[in-house]
Amino acid sequence: MNVLKGRSARAWAGFAGAAVVLFAIAPLALSDFRLGLLAKYLCTAMVAVGICLAWGRGGLLTLGQGVFFGLGGYAMAMHLKIADAGPGNLPDFMQLYGTATELPWWWKPFENPLFALAATVLLPMAVAALLGLFIFRRRVKGAYFAILSQALAAALAIWLVGQQATTGGTNGLTDIQGFFGYSLDDPVNQRLVYFVIAAALLLLMAIARQLINSRYGELLVAVRDSEERVRFLGYDPANVKLVAYVVAAGMAGLAGALFVPAVGIISPALIGIVPSIEFVIGAAVGGRASLVGAVLGAVAVAWAKTALSEEFPAAWTYFQGLLFIVALAFLPGGLASLAVLVRRRRKASPAQQTAAVPLGEAA
Amino acid sequence: MTVILGQTFTGISIGAVLLLIALGLSLTFGQMNVINMAHGEFIMAGAYTTYVLQKSISSAGISLLVALPVAFLVSGVLGALLEWLLIRRLYLRPLDTLLVTWGVSLMLQQLARDIFGAPNVQTRAPDWLTGNIEIIGGDDPLTFANSRLFILGLAVAAVVALSLTLRLTPLGRRIRAVVQNRDLAEVSGISTSTVDRTAFFLGSGLAGVAGVALTLVGPIGPTMGTNVIIDAFLVIVVGGIGQLKGTVIVAFVLGVLQSVLEYSTTVSVAKVLVLVAIVAFLQWRPQGLYTLRTRSLV
Repeated sequence: MNVLKGRSARAWAGFAGAAVVLFAIAPLALSDFRLGLLAKYLCTAMVAVGICLAWGRGGLLTLGQGVFFGLGGYAMAMHLKIADAGPGNLPDFMQLYGTATELPWWWKPFENPLFALAATVLLPMAVAALLGLFIFRRRVKGAYFAILSQALAAALAIWLVGQQATTGGTNGLTDIQGFFGYSLDDPVNQRLVYFVIAAALLLLMAIARQLINSRYGELLVAVRDSEERVRFLGYDPANVKLVAYVVAAGMAGLAGALFVPAVGIISPALIGIVPSIEFVIGAAVGGRASLVGAVLGAVAVAWAKTALSEEFPAAWTYFQGLLFIVALAFLPGGLASLAVLVRRRRKASPAQQTAAVPLGEAA
Repeated sequence: MTVILGQTFTGISIGAVLLLIALGLSLTFGQMNVINMAHGEFIMAGAYTTYVLQKSISSAGISLLVALPVAFLVSGVLGALLEWLLIRRLYLRPLDTLLVTWGVSLMLQQLARDIFGAPNVQTRAPDWLTGNIEIIGGDDPLTFANSRLFILGLAVAAVVALSLTLRLTPLGRRIRAVVQNRDLAEVSGISTSTVDRTAFFLGSGLAGVAGVALTLVGPIGPTMGTNVIIDAFLVIVVGGIGQLKGTVIVAFVLGVLQSVLEYSTTVSVAKVLVLVAIVAFLQWRPQGLYTLRTRSLV
């Protein structure tokens, strides 16, 4: 029991520390431009929280988080575009390419801010639930699930590109000016967006931590490590996996929604196969099964991408390829497993070892 | 009537390309259960081999025919190298293999970009592949491009060669033995690691051949592999692992489906509909069309 208390206290301390860094130190230390970049990285980290849950804990390698990120992002961007255009007007790109004189029917509900906000989270969750229901019930798993989720990302990106008149095509929805009445050109409001994102990330981490430490979290790890055994114990692994997948989708949706005001754009290039797999690499480098590891890994990889690709675009691609290889072939627990190793060496008490969740492989 | 026939023919030629691409995968993914995302880049290597050969051999016809075995070797050696360096360490972790090979594919793409430049390049098709064959003459003609016919022939030849290899040669027997029961094969004196590497060589070599074929229907570029790899994996998923016939049937069915849907809707909607059809199909047969029957639970 003392161990549990200790863990809980440490978690609270870590949480408070993270809040201080995100809310006090970062805004003071970073320029507006760098803070905007950090906001973007934190969105990636929010997706990584979901990936940690679904892949790290549940063994579901979802290569299609870009789909949910995109659904959330487009839901938000559609509302902001309508709001930017003002009542009665069409969004600018529709006037440019489209022949339509009024909003397409499926854009109409997004005029309502509450509907749009709810849709950013609920729409991805609904899509994930539908797909997950079909896939998990029939026990399609492992690599098959990964490939199907990747195909979904490809299909959504291709579809969006094809519907230029109503989705902006390859360009996506760009040049977003306002965020619920606040002008995004104003640096003060950009800071506000950053604070919203930081708060959302902490909230998602808290939710994920509760889930991981609950009985459900134990069950999820059990399904990852031995699905058949869980089935023989009387649980339905399909439901367990479905919950993780749907929660991860909701988190990615929220991340996409907040990415839009932070960066001002959402486009198919941000949600297709390549970005979807980039979401995974961050979590893999930091440690897929460790919440903190996944979040820090996602931020670090996103930061490295900006830093390296600004200067040497070719080097970044080699580096990224190397990251995949080294992190997964030689360090499957990610950097978090190194931390655990160090801690275990310092105090060889058995209770500490529970922190090291062995990495299973969903066959 | 001609429209239906025409779409079916287009579908068959899409299917032939898919089949060529997926055939190598049916060996590496289907038989050995390794998800090699760099397979697409082995296709690219085959295509660039054709390009390089055409630069040094002036006759387009001869260079294409020379490219077939050379591309097979180039991609095959790349595959065997990949197996030896990385994949053999990861046989127990298929999902990690997927991500590791994705990293390899990123590096190979960038390598191609550094060597050949980012813009697409093109090869000349030999004269005997540029024309059309008229199948129905008259006012409403139905034609089939010679290059498409060549790809269809190549796909059929590759399937026959692969299935004969698997069925009749000692190597094929060893591969099948390892697929069916790795432990038993090993205690029977088969060197499973050699078999793995050889099978990987063959599967990757087939990707090189597919790359040669792709130069006839499209441009050669660093991302050409990524564009086709997902479709090829879907063919294997739907066809079922461990059997060639599933791959063959599904490649052609998906090709025709894609072409018919593209005709009646748009390219992008067709992609989405094909995916929906695949998910629906897996409700009916979650293990794919054909699969090896085993007693294992998974």
